[in-house]
Amino acid sequence: MSFIAKPKIAHPGLPKNELGLTRRDYEGSMSTLCAGCGHDSITAAVIEACWQMSMRPEQLVKLSGIGCSSKTTAYFVSGGHGFNSVHGRMPSIATGAIAANKDLHYIGVSGDGDTLSIGFGQFAHAMRRNLNMLYIVENNGVYGLTKGQFSASADIGSKAKKGEENLQPPIDPVLAALTLGGTFVARSFSGDKEQLVPLIIAGLKHRGFALIDVLSPCVTFNDHEGSTKSYEFVRDHYDEVVHADFVPPAREITAQYAQGDTMPVTMHDGSLILLRKLDPSYDPRHRGQAFNYLRDKLAQNEFVTGLIYIDEKSPDFHEVSGTTATPVNQLPFAKLTPGSKGLEKILSRYR
Amino acid sequence: MQPTDTANPDYYHRVVDCQWACPAHTDVPEYIRLIAQGQFTAAYLVNRESNVFPGILGRVCDRPCEPACRRGRVEAEPVAICRLKRVAADHRDDVRPYLPKAPAQKNGKRVACIGAGPASLTVANDLMPLGYEVTIFEKWHTPGGLMRTNIPSFRLPEQVLAEEIGYIVDLGVDLRLGSPVTSMKQLLATGEFDAIFVGSGAPKGKDLNLPGRHDPGAAAHIHIGIDWLESVAFGHVKNIGRRVLIIGVGNTAMDCCRSSLRLGADDVKVMARKPRGFFKASEWELEDAEAENVEIVVNHAPKSFVIEDGRLTGMQFDVMEYDLDAKGRIVAERTIGEKFFACDDVILAIGQENAFPWIENDLGVEFDQWHVPKVNAATFQSTRPDVFFGGDAAFGPKNIIWAVEHGHQAAISIHKHCQDQDVTQRLPRMLNLSSRKMGLHEWAYKNDYNPLERRLMPHVDLKERFKKINIEVELGFTAEQAAAEVQRCLNCDVQTVFDARLCIECDACIDICPVDCLTMTPNGDEAELRQRLKAPSLRATQPLFVSAPLQHTARVMVKDEDVCVHCGLCAERCPTAAWDMQKSKIRIPYASDETTPCSTQPAQTRRTA
Repeated sequence: MSFIAKPKIAHPGLPKNELGLTRRDYEGSMSTLCAGCGHDSITAAVIEACWQMSMRPEQLVKLSGIGCSSKTTAYFVSGGHGFNSVHGRMPSIATGAIAANKDLHYIGVSGDGDTLSIGFGQFAHAMRRNLNMLYIVENNGVYGLTKGQFSASADIGSKAKKGEENLQPPIDPVLAALTLGGTFVARSFSGDKEQLVPLIIAGLKHRGFALIDVLSPCVTFNDHEGSTKSYEFVRDHYDEVVHADFVPPAREITAQYAQGDTMPVTMHDGSLILLRKLDPSYDPRHRGQAFNYLRDKLAQNEFVTGLIYIDEKSPDFHEVSGTTATPVNQLPFAKLTPGSKGLEKILSRYR
Repeated sequence: MQPTDTANPDYYHRVVDCQWACPAHTDVPEYIRLIAQGQFTAAYLVNRESNVFPGILGRVCDRPCEPACRRGRVEAEPVAICRLKRVAADHRDDVRPYLPKAPAQKNGKRVACIGAGPASLTVANDLMPLGYEVTIFEKWHTPGGLMRTNIPSFRLPEQVLAEEIGYIVDLGVDLRLGSPVTSMKQLLATGEFDAIFVGSGAPKGKDLNLPGRHDPGAAAHIHIGIDWLESVAFGHVKNIGRRVLIIGVGNTAMDCCRSSLRLGADDVKVMARKPRGFFKASEWELEDAEAENVEIVVNHAPKSFVIEDGRLTGMQFDVMEYDLDAKGRIVAERTIGEKFFACDDVILAIGQENAFPWIENDLGVEFDQWHVPKVNAATFQSTRPDVFFGGDAAFGPKNIIWAVEHGHQAAISIHKHCQDQDVTQRLPRMLNLSSRKMGLHEWAYKNDYNPLERRLMPHVDLKERFKKINIEVELGFTAEQAAAEVQRCLNCDVQTVFDARLCIECDACIDICPVDCLTMTPNGDEAELRQRLKAPSLRATQPLFVSAPLQHTARVMVKDEDVCVHCGLCAERCPTAAWDMQKSKIRIPYASDETTPCSTQPAQTRRTA
């Protein structure tokens, strides 16, 4: 954290998006996280993505639970709507909000504790429902707010700051998502915005639940030698398998990638995500293959990153549940309530 | 790109753009901070060390620092650096106890300075404390040179001039007033002096030989600008006609038109040959003149003086038209008509030259084909080893602050010459860095960006100011204004110093930088690298900082110094202190820093900050 606020002065040549806004217009309040926290970089990536998408700030809903990660929704797009919920219960709030208004963009920010421990059930059901939201796990392998105990995502053999080793196997949110039927599964790293920003855009454009597990080193409690979630370790064991490039509708695809390794995916809003396969044998539309590939790489101590799995065809929450096309807040009162006669009619059905 | 060599003192010096732009390298951020702390005397002394005349320059300096000021890159207006200098001068206590003193024991070397202008006075200021005996020959009965004769007293009050010149003369300078040097040969023949410094300025105003110029009826009403200002300064001229035309739009023209208004004119026109944008006058001097209802008439080239009945009645002008290219340069010009302007007096302010009719040809002091002396640009030595030039006399008309810098450099050369040392072997500039870190988020400087706008200088009421010629128009900043203006300084001398060995590439600095001046990227050549910066590179002349390869990915940290506001957030957000805020102090060598093998006493130091 800092004592002074980020000055409201900007580079005079800062580019503007279609709305005439600069990146600075998508910032939030000043971060109070530790200096060098990976979460702040993810915040910067979210800001960049929202700016690149020319999103109107009031179109964004920011949801979070409890933890260092969950503080970060305050640090981007201060013009958006926010809800800081109970620990691990963010998906419930998200379900309600998404059901009520399908016109908005939803970003849920959670941590490894909030998602994989106290909120694991909620996380699984959000995925099962295929809620139309982007769910970011800011994954650092420790409980930072309570001074560095291992979390459920800590790898076997990873050492805590004081030296003790973690002996329990981790829950990998990406593997979990693949088995739970996730339709957009990605992993990234806070220190690689070139990969992360297009993933965030793709995740926001995806119809259904988009999970991005972002390795986000805890600079205070998990950035030492022996940790498997430190900046250095992640960089050394980093294996990007499919890079996603977001192509705005107006821009043509320039054939700068080797034929066969490039795979365009049309999103439901018509925009295009260009997948660049860094391992040509890999197919991000094959759930089983993805699962095996990840398991193999994990055995080699490699973090597979990039857009690991994508399925644009499965029905999302709105389709399955038949939610209202018009946001609830725009429906006339008479339509929202059955009235006393209508209520009586409904109740009589249960008598 | 190769990693930036920050051990070269010029690298961090260039980041302090105001100080880099100042010919005398005045430590601007330091004195502004001292003013902010209310230490006016210390602020004055920091100024005096480099520019010698803070009170004078705080009013009339040409301010090369202000167009360079980085505040002007993130906001409309630069910091009012010049007028803050005046604040330091106006509010200082008696500085005499802190000024260097001349030793009683002289070193036996005698130096003659010709002309008592800013260059000669600076030479005396630098050499007297080292034990030299300095004699200044001045043709007028009062010292100051152009500062006295050509700058009107409504801009520079007499007493300010007297006080600051007094500090130097009181060192024991042998000031010989009313003593023009008419022959260099005679001066050298006396054998009295070990070195001679020529600081006689550029005292010859250019004439305009057009039809009617030398008509007997007109001559008394056509004046050469600098001569006329001189006569005004000494009270020989006390009035002028009601309608005055000024030819030329330099700073002298501005002084002429404003002086005319105070001597009885009420219809003053400045006649410009070219459009605005080609004017030589500083923007602020134009503003001040126009505020006094001087009309500036563009695109009129003088053609002839009109004499009727043996009397000057006006001037005939060609009306000009210009074609400009995309860059605003003139590519074609033509005359589209003629126009007559009636007037009572004409003042010619079209430039001035240096002239040395008193330097004989056979002395070894060589001149080039334009009769400009051949002077070494670093040592100010002429082709005759014991004769040095400085100020306008050396390279033609510049300004006071350049004259001061010439004086400093010439003093070093004279000192070396007198001590039989090689004048070209000069001490290099040096730079010290010291961390400003006080705590986790605390710095020993005010790092918060203050969004205040530039304060406006209060002026004497328009009616009031014309009553007398010596009513100073600018009132100086009020205490509140000064306190606000100092907060606009960005502390560019508090440098962002980067250590690539400590960086863990967490991106924290890049994310927090309010002006997006940091980028972590694979290395490349400069032109290509500038294309890949986080925010576009707007000023290719401002060097990039490029770090050594970073440890994890071998990328480099690139900083575009151009618009950094020195808020220190990169250093605050850095978990490993790879960034640190360190104050740079640029050490400019003066004559007193040179070794003095012949002197038994150590030279008195003039270091103040």
